[in-house]
Amino acid sequence: MRSSVIIFPGSNCDRDMDVALKKFGFKNQMVWHNDQSIPKSDLIVLPGGFSYGDYLRCGSIASKSKIIKSVIDFANSGGLVLGICNGFQILTETGLLNGILQQNKFLNFICSNVFIKVKDKQNKYFRDLKKDILELHIAHNEGNYFCSDDELKSLEDNNQIAVTYCGEDGAENEATNPNGAIKNIAGIFNKNKNVLGMMPHPERMIDKYLSGEDGSLFFKNILDNFK
Amino acid sequence: MEVTEAVAIDHGLKKEEFSKICELLKRIPNLTELAIFSAMWNEHCSYKSSRKHLKKMHTKGKQVIQGPGENAGIIDIGDDDAIVFKIESHNHPSFIEPYQGAATGVGGIMRDVFTMGARPIANLNSIHFGSPQHKKTRNLLRGVVKGIGGYGNCIGVPTIAGQTTFDESYNGNILVNAMTLGLVNKNKIFYSKAAGLNKPVIYVGSKTGRDGIHGASMASATFDDKIEEKKPTVQVGDPFTEKLLLEACLELMADNSIIAIQDMGAAGLTSSSVEMASKGNLGIELNLSEVPCREEKMTPYEIMLSESQERMLIVLEKGKEEHAKKIFDKWNLDFAVIGRTTDTKKIELIFDYKKVAEIPINLLAENAPIYDRPWKKTKLPQKLKFDKDEFKSLKLSDCLKKILSNSNISDKKWIWDQYDHTVMGDTIQKPGGDAGVVRVHGTNKAVAASVDSSALYCFSHPLTGGKQIVSESYRNLISVGAKPIAITNCLNFGNPEKEKNMGEFVECVEGITEASKYLDFPVVSGNVSFYNETKDKGIKPTPTIGGIGLISDYQKMLTMDFKTEGNLVYVIGKTDGHLDQSIFARELLNEKKGPPPTVNLFNEKNIGETVLDLSRKNLIVSCHDVSLGGILTALSKMCIKGKKGIKINSLKGLTNKYEYFFGEDQARYIVEIPKASLKKVNDILNKYSVHFDELGTVNGQSIVYKDDINLPIEDLADAHKYWLKKYMDS
Repeated sequence: MRSSVIIFPGSNCDRDMDVALKKFGFKNQMVWHNDQSIPKSDLIVLPGGFSYGDYLRCGSIASKSKIIKSVIDFANSGGLVLGICNGFQILTETGLLNGILQQNKFLNFICSNVFIKVKDKQNKYFRDLKKDILELHIAHNEGNYFCSDDELKSLEDNNQIAVTYCGEDGAENEATNPNGAIKNIAGIFNKNKNVLGMMPHPERMIDKYLSGEDGSLFFKNILDNFK
Repeated sequence: MEVTEAVAIDHGLKKEEFSKICELLKRIPNLTELAIFSAMWNEHCSYKSSRKHLKKMHTKGKQVIQGPGENAGIIDIGDDDAIVFKIESHNHPSFIEPYQGAATGVGGIMRDVFTMGARPIANLNSIHFGSPQHKKTRNLLRGVVKGIGGYGNCIGVPTIAGQTTFDESYNGNILVNAMTLGLVNKNKIFYSKAAGLNKPVIYVGSKTGRDGIHGASMASATFDDKIEEKKPTVQVGDPFTEKLLLEACLELMADNSIIAIQDMGAAGLTSSSVEMASKGNLGIELNLSEVPCREEKMTPYEIMLSESQERMLIVLEKGKEEHAKKIFDKWNLDFAVIGRTTDTKKIELIFDYKKVAEIPINLLAENAPIYDRPWKKTKLPQKLKFDKDEFKSLKLSDCLKKILSNSNISDKKWIWDQYDHTVMGDTIQKPGGDAGVVRVHGTNKAVAASVDSSALYCFSHPLTGGKQIVSESYRNLISVGAKPIAITNCLNFGNPEKEKNMGEFVECVEGITEASKYLDFPVVSGNVSFYNETKDKGIKPTPTIGGIGLISDYQKMLTMDFKTEGNLVYVIGKTDGHLDQSIFARELLNEKKGPPPTVNLFNEKNIGETVLDLSRKNLIVSCHDVSLGGILTALSKMCIKGKKGIKINSLKGLTNKYEYFFGEDQARYIVEIPKASLKKVNDILNKYSVHFDELGTVNGQSIVYKDDINLPIEDLADAHKYWLKKYMDS
């Protein structure tokens, strides 16, 4: 499976994503933000970081970058686009995903392990995933997902909520919500479920010496679904 | 403006220093030249009070590639890999403006590391605040933590360990020490020594603005009531630009275009250009009209003193200008040829087609003043005689809970949750352990790092304190299974013009030197921060040691959490029950006098090597050094982290349980031993002739000791985990 990771100035999880993708057998290539086009890919990843410094609203400048038109075209033609952390923020800014990511409820950056519940498996990311609850890692200052009532209803009606923050036992409540996100939302799909944005970083959890290895399941599953 | 003695004094120079400048120059300097002298001759840049003593430090070792004197120290970790590392203070600016002060401290130290060709792989910090009751403490802490996080998180370098303490002596002078480790191929290291004539001098990075002017002079003076007026001397950080600068520099470093490179830190363009020329024994000519400026009508004086961040000075091979410019253009950074190297051995500045300054380099560097300041020895305080009958009214379990929630012992999760500690995907031991550990990407090796200071011990007896912090750093690295290799130090002291403060400095340095020599743990980089004093009140002497160790197979890394029920727990090293200067004495007896625990370097080394041997042979499964708060405090942390209890044996021949459990004797470790390894462990301990106590067995969910203690781990965790969060929320 061929993947492309877009590097924006200020991206800082691009290498980690490259390492993770290659570890599980993706043929990955790195694409510079000023490039006009993206090489033939089955998956495009927008990695975490602080694109263009994020001195304006997170992801807003990246959503106007040169490369982004190709990403949007690819998404609209049904290609898989995955945005992690800053990548998720960029996807909402492009309009490929609904809603926005506000500053965390307690106004602090949070770096911590979290549990997330997979809410929908009718898609190419989570289909046949062996687990329903994954332990992943978050590291963000603006991960507090918010959208209008209408948008939320539409997300729920179309099963577009991908993952939610929860406890180890699956409990979704205020105590297991690290950043104040509406309905504990940690990640969402677009209508066609080919575009996924989520705050947690699967690429940081890919072997047992790290904070955990549930990230491995995530990447292997995408590959398995592609075959 | 006419340069007079009064103007010189306004620039932080002493009367005698100004006369010396005139004498050396054989004329009165103009204002720009005076500014250059003031920048190079201040304490912060010239080390004029400390240099004499720093020379005595132990700086050599088998694995040392670069000792003090460069942007950072470098050690060899095998297979062509080397670690570049250094710690640096940003105390004065952080007190004036905590967010930017701390942020630019992190930015500055990272530049020191990547200037040498290394990619930063980990950050650490040691931060010290006034009493929690002091009205400024909460906001300073919040600002500093946000600043450190704001910068490091954005660059994408994990913050893997740190230390935070509170003490009233920091009420008017907080300390912010930032440390960075970088990884470099040992054949591709870049230095600041210029070489060759007529080579282009290149300016890259951010534009120069009016921020940070006089920053280095500000850091070389004490504070008074008007400190708020000094805000404009604090630089403003832009981590995004630094990230670009990092990537651009590393890209340019991939080939042989660079002759020398130096970041513009304290005293900006002045010190970077002078240092490069001085090291290369060359002259340098700069055309200041070519310097990219952020603001209009900047004068040569301002350009030379600006401490705008995220800038580098490079001496390039001739003909490589276009190639280099392409890279910096790609990263959207300023690039300007602003001068050339010359054979004049002078710094010559041109502005608007006119020569505006001309100073022989040696007057700024080698001829800078060196002081042999008078200093006073600190006598070892007499050991206290505690009234042990008084202890009996104290319940052991109450004492323990109180100590665990002490501001200096309690969990600092509130802080490190705000630092990205997992980016780069190689952090295998997070903050909160004895040391942070990152893998050397793509290898089986890992590097451990810790920061330590013990201001209370150093204040009581600087010589012992100096030895103790080096030993503590050594132990912290061994506790994670790492072989200690080298240290960097950040020497934070009060006013060197006072004999007592100067004495504290001299004797701490002596202690550090003695221990680092004995433990073969050389000092390879560091910085000195004097004048941590406000309105005549100085800080307690706070040398901070940043230690680096190597784990050759990261699968053998140790952590402190108890692993398995039924495993045996030993204390290795002898407990005499030294309570003077302990947390127990302070917190429960309100007793602040007495000497710190004695440091026996033979024991430190022998016991350290014993524990390292045990870990390499996979005979122990967890390990934690015993330090502040003594055995019970150390045990509690192992229990809380492992979510397992311990049944402590009835200890034979115990003179006093308070002394045993809370004494802060040095050279001790607690280890967890699987039953199957017990015989081998005992054999090794006997072989090294090491004292050990069979402390107990990992068991249940509580700490139990006879009828004295029966505390569920959950209660301990409650006492330990929430002090800081509650404090910050209140």
